Amino acid sequence: MKYTIQQIFQSGKFITGFSIFMTILLIVIIYPLVIPDPPLKIIAQGTFFEPGIYVNVYDSINTPFYTLNLDEAADRRIANRLGDEDRQAIKEWLVGNGMPEAEIDPANTEQLLDQWFNNFDPTVRLPGMTNADRNYYIRLNNNIQGLLNTSGAVIAELDEETAVLTEKATVPQSAYVNVNDVPNVRVLPLGTDNFGRDVLTELVRATGVSLQIGLVAGSIATLIGLVLGLVSGYIGGFVDDTIMFVTNLFTVIPSFVLLILISFSISQEQRGATTIAVVIGFTSWVWTARAVRSQVISLRNRDHVNLSKLSGHSITHIIVRDILPYIASYVVMALILQISSGILAEAGLSILGLGPKTTDVPTLGLMMNWAMIYQAHILGKWWAYFPIIITIALIAFSMNLMNTGLDQVFNPALRD
Amino acid sequence: MKGYRNYFLNKLLWFLVTLVAAFILNFILPRLMPGDPVAAIVSRLAQGMSNTSGVQAIYEQYAEQFGTNKPMLEQFVLYMRNVFQGDFGFSFSQYPRTVADVISSSIWWTVGLQFPAIIIGWLIGNTLGALAAYRRGTFDKVLMPISIFVSNLPAFGMAVIMLVIFAVTLRWFPTSGGYGFDLIPNFSWKFIWSVFIHYQLPFWSIVLITIGGQAIGMRSMSIYELNADYVKYSRLLGIKDRKIVGYVFRNAMLPQITGLALSIGTMVGGALVAEIIFSYPGLGSTILTAVLGQDYPLISATTLIITLMVLLANFLLEIAYGFLDPRIKAAQAD
Repeated sequence: MKYTIQQIFQSGKFITGFSIFMTILLIVIIYPLVIPDPPLKIIAQGTFFEPGIYVNVYDSINTPFYTLNLDEAADRRIANRLGDEDRQAIKEWLVGNGMPEAEIDPANTEQLLDQWFNNFDPTVRLPGMTNADRNYYIRLNNNIQGLLNTSGAVIAELDEETAVLTEKATVPQSAYVNVNDVPNVRVLPLGTDNFGRDVLTELVRATGVSLQIGLVAGSIATLIGLVLGLVSGYIGGFVDDTIMFVTNLFTVIPSFVLLILISFSISQEQRGATTIAVVIGFTSWVWTARAVRSQVISLRNRDHVNLSKLSGHSITHIIVRDILPYIASYVVMALILQISSGILAEAGLSILGLGPKTTDVPTLGLMMNWAMIYQAHILGKWWAYFPIIITIALIAFSMNLMNTGLDQVFNPALRD
Repeated sequence: MKGYRNYFLNKLLWFLVTLVAAFILNFILPRLMPGDPVAAIVSRLAQGMSNTSGVQAIYEQYAEQFGTNKPMLEQFVLYMRNVFQGDFGFSFSQYPRTVADVISSSIWWTVGLQFPAIIIGWLIGNTLGALAAYRRGTFDKVLMPISIFVSNLPAFGMAVIMLVIFAVTLRWFPTSGGYGFDLIPNFSWKFIWSVFIHYQLPFWSIVLITIGGQAIGMRSMSIYELNADYVKYSRLLGIKDRKIVGYVFRNAMLPQITGLALSIGTMVGGALVAEIIFSYPGLGSTILTAVLGQDYPLISATTLIITLMVLLANFLLEIAYGFLDPRIKAAQAD
């Protein structure tokens, strides 16, 4: 046993898969200890906030300012505030005013503003320009002037009774706050989803739930498959024929269809994550049963099994002591594959709207379903769907690698 | 040809047996569930109704329509008769369309999409896998990790990634639908072109997923075959590599056909979910609307049709296998 484990951990593929899987598992376990927020709590008012660090504006005003004189600060501020549309409008006006198009680079803020101040004249009427356009350019000019203003912003307090604003403080443009001083800073590494929930917290919890679903479904499937395969392979005869008939039936009738039918028949309120896991388990044992049976058949007439039979051991004893140890490695590999396909099955079901009920816990499939319903992929909100796909792919990938690694250890013929 | 007869008859018999089993399952599974489906439907319909005799009337009408007030066996006979007449009743969510009408308008989209995609993915995947096994070296080292990762992506994940890259970011292809939303199906170049453009993304995402899985399987099969004695002997005899690869490919392909037959159900399931991502007007989207609309007759009929398609594909693959594997011919000739 010790030797086998040593050998397994010498397989590069197994180690890679194992490390990826363990990393995922550790994150799932440790993250909730560090950030104990409930995963389904709606924190954001609005949908799909971008990933980033959210600093409380009110608190940052009341935090002591530090003055940093940075040269590029003003340029950056203007570059940031001057939108693409405004830049295009400036370019259009300049071209209309007779400047060659090649000389204008809308991306170069400094040059663009120079050209604008040197040339803009509110009284000039370009050919084909409507009055609304002219007013727009005048407004734009005022805005740009305002941007270049170097005086600070005033913070005022509203007197409730007299409705008079009293100046509390002035924030100069060179004022900075240290984020560490601000009491309320929320980091949203993956932004928020369509309901306004923190995607990362939700994703970690969903990964945990999906792994549990996979584990339950995989264990049930492996157990059923193992028992049926052992009985059918060892006992043979009529029992074997019957079990193989059923097994062959369910190999051709797609389990996906059975899953849809059963899940749909269970009403939404009764469809917990566990129910779904059990249903997946009960529809996916076929592969394991077939594989175990063929292994058992090849073991059935080995010398040590015959010896055991001659010694008068019971069938249970023979199966447990003389056959199971030989197929144990195989069963472990089957279990690994079953877990990963269970996770995929849940995801597929949830996208069809047949997943676990939505009020309880998130699962990877449910999160994907929400992102798709709210068209995160069309709106370009990558943080709402991409991390989920990657998580599913990584789990499946790591399990597959572990499986291949184990396969190479146990079947020397497959070693490269 | 005569030698094949038993083989085909055997396969045909098995096809019919599975068909009957599929009918029974489709009939019995929803009825085995705890709770009365008719009561569930009525309670949804009658929300807010305070008139008990009205609710009772609705209940009886639906019980009559589904025949749930009759004994099980009679229900089954009724169900089989309806199925053979192609009568699946009215769709709840798309009333007054019949279920048969909804399905006949979506089934060809699914058949037209999945059948070619799986075949082409299978062919490309097997060729690449055999090449990787034969060439080894860089080709193998680059192709294999990519294939393993791609085959671990769920089909819907691949669909979303393709959609975001090629439809949303690059805008080469439309994001959803089976044809332009401003068109009415007809035989004009404009419509055919629109269908063709909408076809590309769903098609290639299914192909890519299929390639990944097949290439891995074919590679290990081919490696196994390349180490076989007959290959070493052929090399010793100085037979051309090209010819040896031909032999190896044919031998390694047989298990791959069986593999395809066994996994086609899973593949179709995955591809149905991928269809939903593209809002392709096939059976996948039909299931989604049926689920969202709690449309029981539509779900039941759609799953039955999908099962029939998979069983039929399986049967055809078994027949093809019979032609390709000379051992079957030999066994039957004895």
